[in-house]
Amino acid sequence: MLHSKSFVRTTRGGAVKKGVQVVREHYLRDDIYCGSPSCTVCDTKNARLSSSAPKVLVVDTNVVLNQIDLLENPAIEDVVVLSVVLEEVKNKNLSVYNRLRALCSSSARKFFVFSNEFHKDTYVKAMVGESPNDRNDRALNIFTIGRSSAIRVATQWYQNHLGGSTQVLLITNDKENKRKASGEGLSAETVETYVKSLGRPELLDLVVLPTNGDVAMEEAEDLRPSKRQVIYAEHKPMSEITSGLHRGIYHQGKLRINRYNPFEAYVGSESIGDEIVIHGRVNMNRAFDGDVVAVELLPQDQWQDVKSLSIAEDEDEEEEDVHLVPNSADDAPRNTTSDGAGGSTGLVSCRPSGRVVGIIKRNWHSYCGSLEPKPLPAGGGGIAHALFVSKDRRIPKIRIQTRQLGNLLDKRIIVTVHSWDRMSRYPFGHYVRTIGAVGDRDTESEVVLIENDINSGPFSTQVLACLPPLPWTLSPEDLANPNRQDLRHVRVFSVDPPDIADVTNFVHPGTPLDEEAACRGTSVYLVERRIDMLPKPLTEDVCSLKSDVERLAFSVIWEMTPEAEIISTRYTKSVIKSCAAMSYVEAQARMDDSRLVDPLTQDLRNLNTLAKIMRLRRIERGALTLASAEVKFQLDTETHDPLDIGMYQIREANQMIEEFMLAANVSVAEKILKHFPLCSLLRRHPVPTKEMLEPLLRTAAAVGLDLDISSSKALADSLDRAVGDDPYFNKLIRILATRCMTQAVYFCSGDLTPPEFLHYGLAAPLYTHFTSPIRRFADVIVHRLLGAALGICKLPPIFQDRAQLTSIADNLNYRHRNAQMASRASVELHTLIYFKNQPTDTEARILKIRSNGFIVFVPKFGIEGPVFLMKKGETGSEWVVDEAHQRVTKASSKICFTILQTIRIHLEVVEIQPNRKKLQLTLM
Amino acid sequence: MEFVSPEGLRLDGRRPMEMRQIRAEIGAVSSADGSAVFEMGNTKVIAAVYGPREVQNRGQQLNDQALVRCEYSMANFSVGDRARRPKGDRRSIEISLVIRQTMEACILTHLMPRSQIDIFVQVLQADGGTRSACINAATLALADAGIPMRDLVTSCSAGYLNSTPLLDLNYVEDSAGGPDVTVGILPKLDKVTLLQMDAKLPKETFEDVMELAIQGCKAVAQYIREVSTQNFIFLASVSQLSVIRNLSMLHISYLLAQTNEWSI
Repeated sequence: MLHSKSFVRTTRGGAVKKGVQVVREHYLRDDIYCGSPSCTVCDTKNARLSSSAPKVLVVDTNVVLNQIDLLENPAIEDVVVLSVVLEEVKNKNLSVYNRLRALCSSSARKFFVFSNEFHKDTYVKAMVGESPNDRNDRALNIFTIGRSSAIRVATQWYQNHLGGSTQVLLITNDKENKRKASGEGLSAETVETYVKSLGRPELLDLVVLPTNGDVAMEEAEDLRPSKRQVIYAEHKPMSEITSGLHRGIYHQGKLRINRYNPFEAYVGSESIGDEIVIHGRVNMNRAFDGDVVAVELLPQDQWQDVKSLSIAEDEDEEEEDVHLVPNSADDAPRNTTSDGAGGSTGLVSCRPSGRVVGIIKRNWHSYCGSLEPKPLPAGGGGIAHALFVSKDRRIPKIRIQTRQLGNLLDKRIIVTVHSWDRMSRYPFGHYVRTIGAVGDRDTESEVVLIENDINSGPFSTQVLACLPPLPWTLSPEDLANPNRQDLRHVRVFSVDPPDIADVTNFVHPGTPLDEEAACRGTSVYLVERRIDMLPKPLTEDVCSLKSDVERLAFSVIWEMTPEAEIISTRYTKSVIKSCAAMSYVEAQARMDDSRLVDPLTQDLRNLNTLAKIMRLRRIERGALTLASAEVKFQLDTETHDPLDIGMYQIREANQMIEEFMLAANVSVAEKILKHFPLCSLLRRHPVPTKEMLEPLLRTAAAVGLDLDISSSKALADSLDRAVGDDPYFNKLIRILATRCMTQAVYFCSGDLTPPEFLHYGLAAPLYTHFTSPIRRFADVIVHRLLGAALGICKLPPIFQDRAQLTSIADNLNYRHRNAQMASRASVELHTLIYFKNQPTDTEARILKIRSNGFIVFVPKFGIEGPVFLMKKGETGSEWVVDEAHQRVTKASSKICFTILQTIRIHLEVVEIQPNRKKLQLTLM
Repeated sequence: MEFVSPEGLRLDGRRPMEMRQIRAEIGAVSSADGSAVFEMGNTKVIAAVYGPREVQNRGQQLNDQALVRCEYSMANFSVGDRARRPKGDRRSIEISLVIRQTMEACILTHLMPRSQIDIFVQVLQADGGTRSACINAATLALADAGIPMRDLVTSCSAGYLNSTPLLDLNYVEDSAGGPDVTVGILPKLDKVTLLQMDAKLPKETFEDVMELAIQGCKAVAQYIREVSTQNFIFLASVSQLSVIRNLSMLHISYLLAQTNEWSI
């Protein structure tokens, strides 16, 4: 068990902050292997390189940091990643580090990590005395020199070790390092020359050439000084930002760009306690959506009024001035007393504006989009510059270089950003890969998935190997298991998926299947397809509670009085044989058909009666009935093109099932929390703050509605009372209310105090997800917790580690949100396809008032979008916004639009910019 | 934080089941009846044993067995931050007690009634695992002083980080906040005399971690035996008489058995 090895021990000292010497041991080993399977000296058990590789690449840190997209391309293989490089990459860019780690651990790729720092022959003393904590220039220099010499030593060792048959090539973009390497008799090349030697021109697009870019720019500056002007202010150095943040002159926060207007952004700042508005790209100063930035407030007289917040049209991206809508606030009568908010309105309506002075953390990643059309350069094969337009409007255009312009023009491609200097209006990026033809439905769906970071790939063979042998049948062992109750004699039926399959019986912790499911987090529902969390055999057969087949389930059994009082609750793993698997529609039809008196229908009716009582009681407690604009498409079975759109209809049967699912979830939450107070996975819905409900209140006040938001009960009651002159009014108010709330989130019970566990929307002190283990990973975890609470199975070790459980919860929240976004984007995509050939006139309701238009909602199709009052380029503002009454009036005439008002609009798909189709809404 | 890289190496280059380098030296304090320096990597402790001697405080005298006293302290220079550690703080008192109890379990106290044995241990350099190092040093010092013992007590710690059991945590790993299981065993008798952990661990994992720590103890025991055997041979060659005067009969026979085992 114990290895006794001959160590050479050295100590590594480093100065830390207090000036105290810290001495650490550093063991040098003789059992670190080279990773080549054909090596005769080394242990080849963990070898990753190919056995007869003619070339082995050793990459330098700068290559990894800048060229990770290239490394991810399968054309690059047999790469040795030195631990010193990994360490430096980790310190400089964690996301690149994670991508590199993924490459190194992927069985499909041939990347090998060589721990050169612990190998007795490749450890380099020069690094002694410098710790990565030292960030001043001198230390950094020495560190860099130490690092590059360590890389060269390791390369040399590899060359000697592998012998003449394999060429060891050092890939570095550091001129000094390359020169020294050549001096020491090593073969070294830059990325560019290496990729060129591969003879695959398309790979060259992946290569980032920062230095060349700089050179070109200097030349251009000489030639056309007028063109090369400084556009953006310089970013302040980090030290200045830190001290500025300390002194309170700068404010830190995450930049969020308005979806409807990419020239307007907000930075939520804790130091101010309010959002800082940032207008225009110049003030945004090269910050991207999601970047953590430092913001300086502008003088108060430059603050813009909320009323002037406008919605921007896509096509004016070039001339930003168009967007600086004349400040209508000054001449508008200030009516601050009418809405009861009192004197504070003046302050509230005028939000602080600021400008970005520095970027603390970049949120650059890859973006989907297409190239701006341009004529092909003569000759074709050369390097062409192109502008990339992202699908996400919040992302500015990105300049890229490509050698395959002709191929890319009508394609959806992925591009990443690598730099943005102050001379350039647009950031520089490079091509990563092509998805498919623009406008093709599959391509566009793929784009939706990629944008939301959803893995839609097939399950790997390792994952599939974890599945039970098929066809699966109930085994005698399952029946013999004392923990599993035989409920086959009980009349069990299912409506949609109410009884809960025993997924954890098939998905064991720590298996590849489990890891894959944990990573996917949830199934994703697009309009035309579903991306499963678990492989098909499980979701559609083994864990699907079909009628008349024996299936394993995890049951919650209540004994209830006719008044729906729970007498006892029991949880057990079970074997069931469903006598009927109905859909909501079928169940509803059975209940409604008064002629049917068979036991099944009677059961359904009884359940429904109970559910109604439970529902009533829940509403009594203050549960909110919220609404969302869910739409349902009817798809052509052949082409999957949408044939019709309509609102999703909710039946009594749905509500019945929902009620029992809620009850099961609550019961399970109570049970697991009792047993595992510190490591239960629960779901909470935070109480919305007053500020969050502010837009709702303002809207309600404008239409003369008084909403009480003091508690969820009060809000629920006042929402019930909010009945307008038309049937849709109430739903609209509910939709608005829903939008003011935050999302419910998963969390680990050890991280918060019990009062924070509250689920506001359901008015439940405890809640979790238990009912859909097939499509949500949270439920799988809860199943395991419940199993452990019942003593059926052991608690997997991850539950012991609160940090790990928290990170799982975070991932689930992230995946959940992305899945929702993807569903929404998919609906949007199909809406676009649907309206492409049929411009439609319809009714819409105004949701938000802006100075140059308003955001409307089309109930029939669930569409939301901007409607402009002014034509493009029209500046003279005749329209005056009345904040208090939420209305916009045309000064010259009596035309006036109020919030929630019904208007008629025309829907049409237009292609404003090439490759960016959009649904245009115009007022009729 | 990553304490074990995917390549299976710890921060200092060890693998999860490897101990730090250990080194022991007997007879570092000449005025004491027995003494030893014990190093586990950068952790370095010195132990000195006085006794068996007359009980200083008559009130404490035990009529059927020897009184074992232990004092643990940390040199002010032993840790990097140079904080002045007041003598007799809670931690020191606790560790003193732990060492005393562990040593008491192996000393044949009933052979020395109405006498007192003093064990002083001081940490010269702290880099995690001081408790174990102190016990190992004390064992050697007791052996050097010729105090009759049932067996050598040896100790080693193991922890659990990144879902991996790790042997012999150093300071960085120790301060990660994970569980730290310190085990002391009587290797020949195969008995556990000390088991400490101040964190939660699932039962199955705990058993793995403890088993690892026991393996560590056994490795330490093997080393300590080698060192004390060599020391005995050395002493015997220098001056047989002085050795024999200092050693009780039992201890001699024990050491002789050892010597035979090592076939010298």
